[in-house]
Amino acid sequence: MASSLRAYGLIAGAWVRASMTYRASFVAMTVGQALITLIDFAAIAIMFSHIDELGGFTLGEVALLYGMSGFALGAADLLMGNTEQLGRRVRDGSFDAMLVRPVAPLVQIAADQFALRRVGRITQAVAVLGWGLAASNIDWSVPKVLVLLATLVSGSVIFCAVFVLGGAFQVLAGDATEVMNAFTYGGNTLTQFPLSIYPAEVVRSVTFIVPLAFVNWYPALYLLDVEDPFGLPSALQYASPVAAVLAAAAAAVAWRAGVRRYRSTGS
Amino acid sequence: MAVIEVTDLRRTFVVRSKGGRLRRERREVVAVDGVSFGIDAGEVVGFIGPNGAGKSTTIKMLTGILVPTSGRLHVDGLDPSRRRTELARRIGVVFGHRSGLWWDLPLRDSFALLARIYDVPRDRYRTNLATLVELLDLAPLLDVPVRQLSLGQRMRGDIAAALLHDPPILYLDEPTIGLDLISKARLRDFLRDLNAERGTTIMLTTHDLVDIEHICRRVMVIDAGRLVFDGDLTALQRVGGATRTVVVDLETQLEPVRVPGTTVTRVEGPRQWLSFPAHSSAAPIVSALAAAYDVVDLSIQEPAIEDVIRLLYAAG
Repeated sequence: MASSLRAYGLIAGAWVRASMTYRASFVAMTVGQALITLIDFAAIAIMFSHIDELGGFTLGEVALLYGMSGFALGAADLLMGNTEQLGRRVRDGSFDAMLVRPVAPLVQIAADQFALRRVGRITQAVAVLGWGLAASNIDWSVPKVLVLLATLVSGSVIFCAVFVLGGAFQVLAGDATEVMNAFTYGGNTLTQFPLSIYPAEVVRSVTFIVPLAFVNWYPALYLLDVEDPFGLPSALQYASPVAAVLAAAAAAVAWRAGVRRYRSTGS
Repeated sequence: MAVIEVTDLRRTFVVRSKGGRLRRERREVVAVDGVSFGIDAGEVVGFIGPNGAGKSTTIKMLTGILVPTSGRLHVDGLDPSRRRTELARRIGVVFGHRSGLWWDLPLRDSFALLARIYDVPRDRYRTNLATLVELLDLAPLLDVPVRQLSLGQRMRGDIAAALLHDPPILYLDEPTIGLDLISKARLRDFLRDLNAERGTTIMLTTHDLVDIEHICRRVMVIDAGRLVFDGDLTALQRVGGATRTVVVDLETQLEPVRVPGTTVTRVEGPRQWLSFPAHSSAAPIVSALAAAYDVVDLSIQEPAIEDVIRLLYAAG
C-alpha cells in the first residue's frame, strides 16, 4: 500500500514536472477548466431566474448539491480519471508493459498522464459549494461539519470506485469508455440536481446499485434538515462512508477479476 | 545453473467465432503445446519460428503477464505468474512493437522515473545511465519526448530503460523488427557486449536469422506451439540441410561455373546462383570464383527462417 502510494506520487510527479515546462499553458488550461465549469453552473443559475424552487430546493441548496458532486467527481477525475485510457492500452498492448513493472498496474494507469490542471474543476466546485453553504439555511452543529467533510471524502472514493469499475470492464471488453463516461460524468450531471425531480426508480438505483446518491443527496438532506421525499430511512443520510467502503470493495474485487481474466485469457 | 526452467508448458486460448445465426462457436486454440527447456545463466538464446508459432505467448508466460494453462515454469527460482511484481525487478523486457516508455515524457524523465520505481541506488543509476547513453548513443535524444523518436531510436531507448535496474535476465520480443541495417548491426553488437561484459542472460525472439547468427550461441525453433529444434545454429543448418546462395554477376554470359563445394541452381544471362551448405564459409567460394572468373559483383543470400523450418521437417 505504502509502496503503491509512493509509486503513484513518483509517476504523477514526473507528469506534473513535464507539464510545468510550459507554465503559461498550464495556467491557461487550469483557469480555462475552472471557467468552463463555471459556465456550467451559470446555466443552472439562469434556470432559477424563471423558477424559485427545483424539486423543493432553492438555488443555494442546488449549489450545495452541485458543489458536493462536482468536488467528488473532480477529485476522482484527478486521481483516477486516466483509467479511461485502459481500453486503448489493452488494445495497443501497452498494458503488457505495465504488467512487467514492479508496481501495481492500477497505480500505473491511474497516475499515467496525471494532469494537475484538473484542479480547475475542483476549485470551481469548492467555490460553488462555499456559496451554496452560505446561501442555504443551515443550522450548523459539530456532527453536520463532520458529515460534510466525511461526504467530500466518501464521494470522491465513490467516484474513484466507479472509475476503477469502468477500468475493470475495459480490461475485459477492450473498449467501453462511453459506458464508463455514462456513469462518471453522467452520474455527476444526474446528481447536480435534487433527486426529488427524478422518478423513484432512478433514486433507488443510485442508492442501492451505483451509490451516487451518497455523494451529495443523502448527506445534503441531513445538512438541510429536510425530510426524505421518497421516505427512505434517515440512517442513509449518515451512510456515505459505508457506501464508499462498499463501492471501493466492489471495485477492488472487479479490478482483480479483470486483471486475472486478462492474464488468463490473453485478451 | 539454469535460471529459466520450463517443463511441459502449455497454453490454450478460447476463440469465439460466429457459428450460426445466434450460436457462437467456442474453439480452443493451442498456442504453446508442451514445451520444455532450460536456460543457463549467461546464455544467449534465440527463439525463432513463423508468425503465430507461440513465441510471444511463451515470452509472456516467462514474464508473468500470462498465466500458463499447465506445466511448470521457474525464472530465477520464481513462478512468474504468481510472483510477477517480484520477478519484475530481476528481468528486463523489451517488446519490439510497442514501447514501455511514457509516450509524452522526454527520454530522460522516463529513465529517471523508472530508476526510482525500481529503487535503483542513485550512484548505480548515474553510472548505468552514463554507460547506456554512451553505448546506445542516446545523448542527443535524452530531451526528446518518446513519441517524437524514430523506431530505431525508440528501440534503443526501450533497451536502455529495460537495463537501468541491472536485470540478470533480458527478454527481447522482436527487437530488430522494422529497423534499418545499421541500427540492426549496432543493436546486435550492443547485445553481444552486454552478454560478454555483464553476463546477462538474453532470450530474444526474432524473424531474422542474421540476428541469431550474430548474437546467439543457441537457437530454439518453435512451430505450431512445439519446440522442433534446440541446439546451435550450425547444427540447425546441418540438420535442416539449409543452403546459402552466392549470387554472382560475371563479365559475360557463361556456362554454369564450376566451384568446388557448390552447385549452380540458376543461370540468367551473366548472373548465376551458386548454393552451398549454410554452415560452411563463403570465403573460399568467393576467392575461388574471383580467381577463375571475371567477377563484376556478388552477394550472399541467407536462408529464410521459413525455409529452414520446412527443411527441418523434411529431414524428419
